[in-house]
Amino acid sequence: MARRDLMARRSRTQRRQLLWGLAFAAPWLIGFAVFIAWPIIASAYYSLTNFNLFQSPQFVGTANYRAMAADPVFWKSLQNTLYLTAVGVPLTLLLSLGCALVLNLPVRGQPLYRALVYLPTIVPVVVTGYLWRWLLNVQYGYVDRILALMHLPQPDWLENPSWGTQAVLLVTLWTVGGPTIIYLAALKNVPRELYEAARVDGAGAVARFRHITWPTISPVTLFQVVVSVIAYLQIFTQPYLLAQDHLNSSSGGPGNSMLSYSMYLFQNAFVYLKMGYASAMAWVLFVVTMAVTAVVLVTSRRWVHYGSR
Amino acid sequence: MAPAKPAAQIQPRPDSEPVTAAEPITGQADHAAPRRKPALRHLGQAGRAGTRIAAVVVVVAGFAFPFAIMVTTSFKTTGDIFHAPPRFWPTSWTLASFQAAFSQMPFWHYLGNTVLLCLLNVIGTLVACPLVAYSLAKLGWRGRGPLLVLVLATMMLPPQVTLIPIYLIWNGLHAVNTYWPLVVPAFCGTPFLIFMIRQFLISLPDELIEAARIDGASELRIYLKVVLPLARPALATAAVFQFVWTWTDFLNPLIYLNDPGKYTLSIGLYNFFSEHGVAWGPLMAACVLFTIPAFVIFLAGQRYFVEGIATRGFK
Repeated sequence: MARRDLMARRSRTQRRQLLWGLAFAAPWLIGFAVFIAWPIIASAYYSLTNFNLFQSPQFVGTANYRAMAADPVFWKSLQNTLYLTAVGVPLTLLLSLGCALVLNLPVRGQPLYRALVYLPTIVPVVVTGYLWRWLLNVQYGYVDRILALMHLPQPDWLENPSWGTQAVLLVTLWTVGGPTIIYLAALKNVPRELYEAARVDGAGAVARFRHITWPTISPVTLFQVVVSVIAYLQIFTQPYLLAQDHLNSSSGGPGNSMLSYSMYLFQNAFVYLKMGYASAMAWVLFVVTMAVTAVVLVTSRRWVHYGSR
Repeated sequence: MAPAKPAAQIQPRPDSEPVTAAEPITGQADHAAPRRKPALRHLGQAGRAGTRIAAVVVVVAGFAFPFAIMVTTSFKTTGDIFHAPPRFWPTSWTLASFQAAFSQMPFWHYLGNTVLLCLLNVIGTLVACPLVAYSLAKLGWRGRGPLLVLVLATMMLPPQVTLIPIYLIWNGLHAVNTYWPLVVPAFCGTPFLIFMIRQFLISLPDELIEAARIDGASELRIYLKVVLPLARPALATAAVFQFVWTWTDFLNPLIYLNDPGKYTLSIGLYNFFSEHGVAWGPLMAACVLFTIPAFVIFLAGQRYFVEGIATRGFK
């Protein structure tokens, strides 16, 4: 009798806990249903339809996906985006690790310097876009001026089709403050005993970096690779602003050299009102992102060291 | 790098000194070197300090240089701005660009709209995120494990997938060109901030909550009187993040706002550029004005930023 009482009470407590748990989680559960679960289902359906916002969607099967395969602009935007990812991710890692190593040096005033390196990432992207358009101006800009002082070629970044993508790359590399701060935190977590032991064994600076610093921070590097791969595959605002034309709302820069995948998706959705085609593009992007991330995770087993942590 | 060289030449093999974690890249420590005279040793150390400072200066200059150009351009006369080759310092300083920016663009109006949106988003975040985070961290209910996985999984989903259906929902509700689409999502909680607050709450001792429960406090009362006050540092981090996100957001106002009276600064600036493309002086002046608030908030909340990012890095 007493046992049954106890069990009844326990199940009552459990139900109470479940209700409170759900009640506290309710805002996100509602948000998930409305802004994630339903949109995923709807998007999958729209990708199989012809939909221009004014008439109800017409089912067309895989026509959007087939149209994509035959659309040269789609391929151009995909090529630009994959190029930005393939070049941008390694450069982001190199630059942020280099900056983190420098900002970790014992120099007075480091908090201020760290803030200055991080600052570009919190500046409104619109400001970033226009500031760099001015800096990259071929006549009055400072980037080409500095290149001239160093006797290097001075490309017309914003008008020359073969330099448009590099201009986007340059602007994105100005905002590596986020990865830099993460690397900085990782460097501070490397046990100092390891360095001291290595120094006793006569290891030089390069050897210490290769055999201690690099393996110890490799899990963080993996995180950085995954995050920046996703960010580059989805890149929108920087190229959109660099390519912005005064009269034309759907510019892709010179020869579409700045047209990123997400820009083309946006144009299809909100300029041409091809909602079905744009939804199909979103799903292809999702698949590409998953595939690239999976490749990174599988190959990471060779170079990521999960040590004592 | 220049100031470091002479000393390094005098002392090519500097004696070892305390080596710090980050030294591998610049450090030239060589513990086998014979001990030198103290004076020379000091010179060598000064040289290495010089190298370090030079490295920091190069890095900081690279990132800060564009800001310097933005500020000096905004104080230049038109003649100075369109001078080839460009000169760094203005020949004469003028506020004309700022006056032009204010007169050609309803700056204060846009600022008011942007601040309003920021406040509403920060309130939304502070209401919703800690509630969900508390449920995930401290309430022992069945299903909180799967919910956590779900929260983290949504961080991986490209926003492009949900962008169009969400637009169509708001379009169906006739809420396009209102602030609803830009505010309501914050009241549902953001996965990244929920996760960050959850990581903080998990470190709080359970005894505090248990003690309150034994005293007969209701769950809601425990949350409001015990948990929220203790979570203040995590809430500050979340508020700073949300503020800067909303302040700098471009895509959402671009999609949802088309009435100039409702524009945020981002979209106002975007339109200003469309209309007065080559007015670089006023444009840079507007950029300066637009950057200052984010800069102030960042300096005030710098500590919270770095903590938040470090948490994210080590999930």
